[in-house]
Amino acid sequence: MLLILLVHLAAALAAPKAVAKWGRRVFLVLAAAPAAAMVWALANTRAVLDGEGPVSRYQWVPKLDLDFGFNLDTLSWFMVLIVGGVGAVVLVYCSRYFAPRSSGLGRFAAVLTAFAGAMLGLVTSSNLIQMYVFWELTTVFSYLLIGHYSDRGSSRRAAMKAILVTTLGGLAMLGGILVLGNEAGTYDIRILLQNPPDGTIVTVAVALLLVGAVTKSALIPFHFWLPSAMTAPTPVSAYLHAAAMVKAGIYLLARLAPGFALDPVWQAIVTVLGCGTFLFAGLQALKQYDLKLILAYGTVSQLGALALLVGSPYKSLALSGLALLGAHALFKACLFLTVGVVDATTGTRDIRRLNGLGRKMPLTATVAALGVASMVGLIPFAGYVAKEAAFEALFDPDLGTSAIKNVVAVSFVVGSMMTVAYGLRFLWGAFATKKEAKGEYPIVVTAPPWLLVGPPAILGLAGLGVALAPALGETLLSPYADAYPLGEPGHLAMFTGFTPAFITTIVVFVVGIAVFWSSETVIRARVPWPASWDGDLIYRHTLRRIDQTAAHLTAAIQRGSLPFYLGIILFTVIVFTGGAMLAGTSLPDAVRLRLLPSEVAVGALIVTATILAARARRRLKAVVLTGITGYGTALIFLLYGAPDLALTQVLVETVTLVVFVLVLRRLPVYFSNRPLAASRWLRIALGVVTGVLIAALAMVIPQYRVHEPISRLFPQEAVAYGGGSNIVNVALVDIRAWDTMGEMSVLLAAATGIASLIFLSGRGRVPTDLSTIGEKAGTLGATDPDPMQSLRARPGGEPRSASSQWLVGGITLAPQRRSLILEVATRLIYHTMIVFSIYLLFAGHNAPGGGFVAGLVTGIALVVRYLAGGRYELSAAAPLQTGVVLGTGLFLSAGLGLAAMIFGGEVLQSVFLEWSIPVIGDIKLVTSVFFDFGVYLVVIGLMLDILKSLGSEIDRHGESSGHDSDLVGPALEPAPPTRESSR
Amino acid sequence: MTFAPDPVLIIVIGVLAAGGVYLLLERSLSRVAIGVILLGNAVNIFFLVVGGPPGEAPIVGKTPLSEMSDPLPQAMVLTAIVITLAMTGFLLAMAYRSWQLNEHDEVQDDLEDRRIARLAAITTVADSSGGEVANLDEAAAETRDETELSVEEHWLAGDEDEL
Repeated sequence: MLLILLVHLAAALAAPKAVAKWGRRVFLVLAAAPAAAMVWALANTRAVLDGEGPVSRYQWVPKLDLDFGFNLDTLSWFMVLIVGGVGAVVLVYCSRYFAPRSSGLGRFAAVLTAFAGAMLGLVTSSNLIQMYVFWELTTVFSYLLIGHYSDRGSSRRAAMKAILVTTLGGLAMLGGILVLGNEAGTYDIRILLQNPPDGTIVTVAVALLLVGAVTKSALIPFHFWLPSAMTAPTPVSAYLHAAAMVKAGIYLLARLAPGFALDPVWQAIVTVLGCGTFLFAGLQALKQYDLKLILAYGTVSQLGALALLVGSPYKSLALSGLALLGAHALFKACLFLTVGVVDATTGTRDIRRLNGLGRKMPLTATVAALGVASMVGLIPFAGYVAKEAAFEALFDPDLGTSAIKNVVAVSFVVGSMMTVAYGLRFLWGAFATKKEAKGEYPIVVTAPPWLLVGPPAILGLAGLGVALAPALGETLLSPYADAYPLGEPGHLAMFTGFTPAFITTIVVFVVGIAVFWSSETVIRARVPWPASWDGDLIYRHTLRRIDQTAAHLTAAIQRGSLPFYLGIILFTVIVFTGGAMLAGTSLPDAVRLRLLPSEVAVGALIVTATILAARARRRLKAVVLTGITGYGTALIFLLYGAPDLALTQVLVETVTLVVFVLVLRRLPVYFSNRPLAASRWLRIALGVVTGVLIAALAMVIPQYRVHEPISRLFPQEAVAYGGGSNIVNVALVDIRAWDTMGEMSVLLAAATGIASLIFLSGRGRVPTDLSTIGEKAGTLGATDPDPMQSLRARPGGEPRSASSQWLVGGITLAPQRRSLILEVATRLIYHTMIVFSIYLLFAGHNAPGGGFVAGLVTGIALVVRYLAGGRYELSAAAPLQTGVVLGTGLFLSAGLGLAAMIFGGEVLQSVFLEWSIPVIGDIKLVTSVFFDFGVYLVVIGLMLDILKSLGSEIDRHGESSGHDSDLVGPALEPAPPTRESSR
Repeated sequence: MTFAPDPVLIIVIGVLAAGGVYLLLERSLSRVAIGVILLGNAVNIFFLVVGGPPGEAPIVGKTPLSEMSDPLPQAMVLTAIVITLAMTGFLLAMAYRSWQLNEHDEVQDDLEDRRIARLAAITTVADSSGGEVANLDEAAAETRDETELSVEEHWLAGDEDEL
């Protein structure tokens, strides 16, 4: 079976290319796939009859005890025959039906073949989960097929309707499957049905499964998607209605009925919806003018009948249901294909326009008559055998005389009458010569090719052929019907004398013909059915309601205001965290009153600086105060026993200060006025409450620790596996290296973001050619006032050339922008800082330091050079593309992390490399050094991006816009008198 | 396992967090950046304080194991510090860009979102089932497969007044 599915898959994959190359003839080849399935089933007939159908199992998810497998029992065998046989016929039909150059034919061929494959997989699956997968595959493929003409609104609507309705049911079904499988302890259908679980929860699960079957099989109230789906190409309709898709729901009912048909909920659902659908859709079919719509409602009606029969608990009814299933597949496919012939040759399916076609296309009309004969149950066609068996079973006194049974029997008789009526209406509408019509239509008819008439003819004749051997059918199908729980086995027969059933059939025909003759009256008759109950209407209303709700919800929560969003987030934090804390925690019994004078002093400093920073109106003041809180934090780290943190914090704080100043020189000195006092109070309130909340959290958390911290293991592991004694560093580069990697990605993204915000395109050129610098000598920043110009007059006049100096960039600055002290200091400390940073990088494994700290030190060294020598100096100091630095860094850490796998370890595991070199002695290297080097590079990259963007590039903007750095200028202006009061 | 918290640091955390949130809710981006830094400091100290009691530097060989402070929160906070730096840089770049474009660095409300709100309030939304609803007969009338004969040929063959 798996092989057959793979054939379908391969055929579907190859179809688009093949159709593009060889055109529609490819359909003939594709038909071989479903045909092979049918042949395979036929070849296994004997084995299936003996109850030894082929079984295959493949391991799928062993941990969930899930196998991937196929069974071929009687029901599956029967379904494979139907799905494969009708599929092959439909594909053959396609090879002539579509115009050679029609749009999307390759895709259509692929999807139709895949659809057949999915359906075959569905009916042979051995477990429920696997069946569900195929079930949803048929949903998706049918969506693609119904929406084949994707440029038509009606097609798209119909496809959307089909997928929404059937997926809704599918989801309910999945829920049911999971509950059922959980209750039964297995998903294997065979085992599950041998010992069906029971209980309320199982009833719920079964009801959910039925929702899936009902939506798929288009029973009311979900029937509306199927008539809409007639916008699909006619061969698709034929397959969809006859063998695939809607038959999946019937298959599910038949599959589960032996185990669950006695469940009262099951019986209620199946009986009510089955009867209702049978009658309601039969009436609708009578009212249609489009041939396809007549057939579509006819299918819905027949599906109701099928659900009634195969969903019943009685063996005899089940047997007739299976017979009807086969008969319906044959005649419905036959009739749809005939409609396709009519449509293709005349260009219409409207029975008000078609006139006198029967005389022009006698062969087609005959084929249609074969199909209709089977549909209405005329002796000696398959439909007759099936319906006769159903009548026999329903009138069997052994079944009791419950009210439900009577309702079903009456519904079945009335529904059969309607079937006769709309069957005749179909035949008459398509082919009859109508008196009231004005002239014949169409006038000219081209004779349909035999490849178009042949396939429906085969199906029509098959409907006659199988009926001639009812006993064979009984032998083949009864093994499954006998698995049903109640009643005596039923029989399939052609004629058993003038039984009540036969007489009923005659009555059905008489009344049916009468209804057909008066069908105009029927059409005008109003159904006593409230308009608001229409499933289609409810569907549309629901969709519109969902759209509106979505729009209103979006409008309500997506306000577009950042403070609003933040406020909501904080509010949530306060309410939930605070609520939980008030409800479930208490304050600790004791606090640690260390009261170190240093700690208290630092704390007071931070508190004061924070309050002042929050109140500050001048940007620079706020920044400096923030810096104080930062340095204070570093001191607290130190006092708490975290020297690495303290070191990092100090460096970061320094860099932050520089970055702020670099940007602030371009921004106004004061924050803009915010006159809304009310919102300010709200912000203060939110801030205070959040602060109190976080403080309270810090107060209560320590006493709720229940486990030993995992870091108790760190010291030993750091030395043994990480090869270092500075645990924090080893944690960063080894124990929690994945964490650090994630963090470096964030740094990389932030650096790229900064650069792209400022440069807008590219990261800027790297002017490495120092010879050009001389041309700019003494020009940068020359627009600033130069109070000491007279003192600068030099006898030589010309500035010295660039090549002879180390701090070359400096000469590009205007004299008033240069600082002798800074330049000299830079020359003195730059190299020292670089060496120190490298020391920190390598020492970090065993002492405070590491890649982060080292990178920051290097960054500050670059800052110093930039401040002293301007942007040309920065380029000269680091003539690198920042992106390359960042990328190399990430590669060194992450990429070389993979190297550990080469040595047989896990990703990012540290490996000790030891060499013994003569003279020098033993060298021991831990691979995590490379990781740390990567960190180092990424931090340098970040620093470079910050400096180039917020430093150099903003310099350039300033120069090009005329007013240069306002770092000094406005800061000297007096503060406006209206301080905080103006807000 | 449980340990007593340090009230001095808890006060510091509370004040830093309050100041940070207050500034974060501002519209001026440079104030938001300062708020992020303050909040970052608050959270970093918070992490350290609730992570374990204070101790000596967690370096094997220098500090006896019993006096060591917990290295795990420290490793986490270390990365957090550097990320705060990157975020500050990014916010400032945004502030500068905003200043470049609008002559101020304030976060404006998203006008597009406001427009959605207005639209939702005054109009009914289009049906997502795909445009106006066609009835089944009309849909049937316009449904035609691409078969060999083209529609035009049918019209020539049929009576014109049907059109």
